[in-house]
Amino acid sequence: MAAAISRDDVRHIAGLARLGVPDDKLDTLVSELNGILAHMEVLQKVQSAGAAAEAEAQRTGMPLRLDEGPSVKLVRPISEIAPQTRSPDGAPMPAVIDGFFLVPRLATHEDAGDES
Amino acid sequence: MTATPEALLQSGAGAIAAAVREGKVRSRTMVEASFARAAEVDAGPSGLNCILSADLNGSLQLVESAPVGGALAGVPVVLKDNIATTMLSTSCGSKILEGYVSPYESTVARKLREAGAILVGKGNMDEFAMGSSTEFSAYGPARNPIDRTRVPGGSSGGSAASVAAGIVPIALGSETGGSVRQPAAFCGIVGVKPTYGRISRFGLVAFASSLDNIGVFGRTVDDAARAMEVVSGDDTANDATSAPLDAPALRTDSRDLTGVVIGRPKEYFPASLPTAMQAHCDRALDALRARGAEIRDVSLPHTDLALPVYYIIAPAECSANLARFDGVRYGLRVEGEGLRGMYEATRSRGFGAEVTRRILLGTYVLSAGYYDAYYRKAMDVRALIARDFTDVWASGVHALFTPTTAAPAFTIGAISDPYEMYLCDLFTVSANLAEVPAMSIPIGRVGGLPVGGQVIAPRFGEQVMFRIAYALESELGGAAHA
Repeated sequence: MAAAISRDDVRHIAGLARLGVPDDKLDTLVSELNGILAHMEVLQKVQSAGAAAEAEAQRTGMPLRLDEGPSVKLVRPISEIAPQTRSPDGAPMPAVIDGFFLVPRLATHEDAGDES
Repeated sequence: MTATPEALLQSGAGAIAAAVREGKVRSRTMVEASFARAAEVDAGPSGLNCILSADLNGSLQLVESAPVGGALAGVPVVLKDNIATTMLSTSCGSKILEGYVSPYESTVARKLREAGAILVGKGNMDEFAMGSSTEFSAYGPARNPIDRTRVPGGSSGGSAASVAAGIVPIALGSETGGSVRQPAAFCGIVGVKPTYGRISRFGLVAFASSLDNIGVFGRTVDDAARAMEVVSGDDTANDATSAPLDAPALRTDSRDLTGVVIGRPKEYFPASLPTAMQAHCDRALDALRARGAEIRDVSLPHTDLALPVYYIIAPAECSANLARFDGVRYGLRVEGEGLRGMYEATRSRGFGAEVTRRILLGTYVLSAGYYDAYYRKAMDVRALIARDFTDVWASGVHALFTPTTAAPAFTIGAISDPYEMYLCDLFTVSANLAEVPAMSIPIGRVGGLPVGGQVIAPRFGEQVMFRIAYALESELGGAAHA
């Protein structure tokens, strides 16, 4: 099984997960994550190689749809997806321009002009 | 003589819908009675804290377009706060979605609305459904109506408490590892986790997509059956999260279990199970025998591996699903240095401690060098756990009976170690991993607190599960209920 998680590991995975973890919380997280992962060690003793692939090949319990393509159009007007929601001036919400949802501007883009 | 709205509210969904259909009471009156009951039991933050948002005028507006001939005509309902509704906010118990109003409604909300049910509130929950006590809600813990010093269970604790407190006869929750059955057991009500795919998840904010289910709470088995009949079924118009099967009829007048074989898996009755809990389970098994069922000892040998498997797979999937909360598309934004700084500031401020812990854990088990040791291993062992159930069904067993939890509701603040909290799901996670239906039914009280028994059935075997639940409830009587 993998080695214990270190402070650097927590920093690394926090970066991958786009989470800012302050230094004063690192030790607690190291302790908690190692505590949780210690309970996973039991899995290494189990002979299980290939079990998931075998189960998938024999999968009989879950009925599946016929493979005839999507039952609904993947691109639909917002009025069809969210017919009930309107902004105070009656426009569909969320706001859409040219088929794209509008999201709040980033502060770092404020000087980038209207076309950004 | 016609029952008062207050009495009807406590009589169950069937009585309410019948009275509305027959014109004996108006839906509007039932909504007002539900809000009055919420005020009486103090459902707000200073009391049970079981309802995060409610709007009497909004609910009364829903009444205007609600069909009075529907299966749930005039029945007030609470939906867990991770189920999208257009009338109230959908915050998932998180600061990152505080005040967020969905532009569309979930399939289950639509089906309830079309059946005449009226949304009266959104239930408090552990943030993004990660927890077993509702203590991890960003809006404070919900409290158990039976004993307000104790948790209602979780993560769907607000929905469960709303039913147990008599505010609504029916509520919806969601389940990833036991988040409907465990709070149902703690609150003395009925909680159903259907087969994976039985109920559309369109509009359920995703936590762990291979394990997530929308589930149903009812004060009685009949309330739960009525709700299940409405919200189950194929939903081809919206998504691929529901199986192409019609909703089954679950209500039955039969209380006879002749010919039904119920397995008693030894792994769910360890020597460490408290004596009082064991005694209630023995009594429930005797009740099932009295109704004609054959009880057979069986084994699910990989049961002790379910919790480690679950706490690898669920965090792995959550780390991917919650990546969408980045300050751009939904809810909270906290500005930071550049785009990445904004992501990190938003997510760090918006997510609580348990969600952060699980995202980190999930990211770790999926990261290069650890994927095979953790995630792939867990997926293989999950298949072994599912095979245990398949083998038991193949031996002629129709369903299983187990305790839902090892003990009744614990005191708020009593559990601080993360893994100790995870142990609350010990008897419930296997059903999610194996995609089988399971439900909790009140079977008695320990120290004055409700405890539940669990019936587990094969995939899409909800009919036999409910048949057993009806018989068990009938034989035990209603004394165990909230």
